[in-house]
Amino acid sequence: MTAAGLMRQYQVVGRKAATEENPNPEAYRMVIFAPNAVAAKSKFWYFMRQFRKMKKTTGEILDCVEIVEKNSRIVKNYGIWLRYDSRSGTHNMYREYRDLRLTGAVSQLYNEMAGRHRCRPRSIQIIRTATLGASELKRPNGMQFAQGGVKFPLPHRVDTAKRGQKALSDRTFSTVRPTTYFG
Amino acid sequence: MGFSRYVEVGRVVFINHGPDAGKIATVIDIVDQNKCLVDGPEEITGVKRQVISYKKVSLTDLKVTIQRNARAKTLKAAWAESDTLAKWEGSSWAKKLEAKKKRSSLSDFDRFKVMVAKKQKSRIIAQKIKELKA
Repeated sequence: MTAAGLMRQYQVVGRKAATEENPNPEAYRMVIFAPNAVAAKSKFWYFMRQFRKMKKTTGEILDCVEIVEKNSRIVKNYGIWLRYDSRSGTHNMYREYRDLRLTGAVSQLYNEMAGRHRCRPRSIQIIRTATLGASELKRPNGMQFAQGGVKFPLPHRVDTAKRGQKALSDRTFSTVRPTTYFG
Repeated sequence: MGFSRYVEVGRVVFINHGPDAGKIATVIDIVDQNKCLVDGPEEITGVKRQVISYKKVSLTDLKVTIQRNARAKTLKAAWAESDTLAKWEGSSWAKKLEAKKKRSSLSDFDRFKVMVAKKQKSRIIAQKIKELKA
């Protein structure tokens, strides 16, 4: 599975295909993060055959719907429990992110796991997610932004208004250093 | 050099990159060390509520008094109360942007007229100085 852009959240329901011996097999529901519905259904069968004696060729998908965040108006704290395969073994991990949507937090997770651990999306399995209150946070980086009255300057910056323009001036060389202090 | 402009709830920022480039918005909440949640308010500045990277914004001297996660309505009221838009438009930063925009929209003939007007202005100034010196 790739993590192309923003991940989405899907609810996938599937079961073994009905036979004459078993006309009404048990259905299973799973919540899956994937970039699209096709990948979500594929992931469903990947997990399903690990948990139960079921596979795609003898099964059927009953339902696959995207779950959309109800309130994407305010920033929330998300805790994500995951399991990933590194080059030398499998690890469990807990991470926290702040975002408007759970899918945004999960996308951040995939990007960060790739950056910090060189971990590809196919080797990440999300175990559980939770929306956390400010007092439930465990990681100091999230905590400092979750509390009220956060205030900090943006020191030593390059003027972003010059973005897309040719360097910082229209000449190749300059005798003047660029300003990096903007109050 | 101390700092006077901070990333904080209520800080007015100028967006200088992306689809909302050239507009101003208000910081509603801080997401993390890289991005914040901003809202124009949309009815006043045309910037929708969104998460934006600090790399795309410049901090201004203006600040409005709002609660964290303020609704569009309360934000609009806070802007109206403190007259923030007028304050921004009156700032030399906004005036320079306006002048720059006007300059770039001029035609060749307009630029010629500016050149002539400038000449006339400096001529008057030179004359006056001459009189004062004499």
